[in-house]
Amino acid sequence: MIGVGKIKQYSNVLDKPLSKGKQEVSLSAFAFLFSELVQYNQTQVDNIAELERRLEDAGYSVGARVLELLCHRDKGNRRETRLLGILSFVHSTVWKVLFGKVADSLEKGTEHEDEYMISEKELLVNRFISIPKDMGTFNCGAFVAGIVRGVLDSAGFPAVVTAHFVPVEGQLRPRTTILIKFAEEDRAININIKAKLKDA
Amino acid sequence: MPAVAPRSGEAIFASAERVNAELFTLTYGAIVRQLITDLEEVDEVNKQLDQMGYNIGVRLIDEFLAKSNVSRCVDFKETAEVIAKVGFKMFLGVSATVTNWDAEGTTCSLVLEDNPLVDFVELPDTCQGLHYCNVLNGVVRGALEMVSMKTEVTWIRDMLRGDDAYELQVKLLKQIPEEYPYKDDE
Repeated sequence: MIGVGKIKQYSNVLDKPLSKGKQEVSLSAFAFLFSELVQYNQTQVDNIAELERRLEDAGYSVGARVLELLCHRDKGNRRETRLLGILSFVHSTVWKVLFGKVADSLEKGTEHEDEYMISEKELLVNRFISIPKDMGTFNCGAFVAGIVRGVLDSAGFPAVVTAHFVPVEGQLRPRTTILIKFAEEDRAININIKAKLKDA
Repeated sequence: MPAVAPRSGEAIFASAERVNAELFTLTYGAIVRQLITDLEEVDEVNKQLDQMGYNIGVRLIDEFLAKSNVSRCVDFKETAEVIAKVGFKMFLGVSATVTNWDAEGTTCSLVLEDNPLVDFVELPDTCQGLHYCNVLNGVVRGALEMVSMKTEVTWIRDMLRGDDAYELQVKLLKQIPEEYPYKDDE
């Protein structure tokens, strides 16, 4: 097929200027699309855990891209190297860009040193979703958990991120908490380096 | 007094709740990637995207009619204008132009000036057959079917494939006569 037809000018995505990111679409457009994502994935799985994992995977690929995009645009190509730095980056910058507001709260887990929580009273992706009784603890927030994991992982902070419903007294709808548990990997590497230094 | 149909969806879009287009774009990208991984065949992905769009269109038409105050369109020409000027604007914040009418007035093209689905996208060599925005076909087809119009929607031009615009051809196949809703009293 070489040489057949007119030569087409393919546009290179890297040659285009980076948009300022102020464009918007209607919330319904996003909600419709997101619901299709959930429904499609429902046809591909036979249990809830698998469904959450697939939504998380979809979110992960969004998160990895969001980190790259925001580092280019907002931070002059600098990435956070400190744990608290990257956490507040997720809680404020990422949240603000994606959901139009800073997340309601960022807390450190009281029981474990390596756990942090981002809570949201009404998570955007859960707004139009009601979970049928037979689907138990399923939470569409898994998609957002995936975004968070994508950002953290790509920035060099591997973590396990999960979404949970937490009932709030006096309120009909539970809030969603994104639980971040950092991997131990870093500590292991440090110990390795120390051991090597000792040997030398 | 009959409500006057808006000439543009601008006001509706301005008053609606909105989200960042990048969240929308990246989420759509995640869906497409997932489909490519699952289905492997580009044609199957096109089909699935169209099906998802159809499902959306079927539901979206309700919101469209409720919010837009558009009443029955007199002919297909008006329908096309309403989709381009009100529909696209209201949901995606962009408008389209209607051109290339055929002599019978049953086929036309919607040309998108701006397409929020394709930011950051570049088709790799392995996906050249992919109609990346195929979800839009389905949406238009599904929505029109709910207002008794059977259509066929195809891509004519696609910037991701090197064309200079996004052109969606809408062909009216037949208008389904309205049936009396016998099942109303069940």
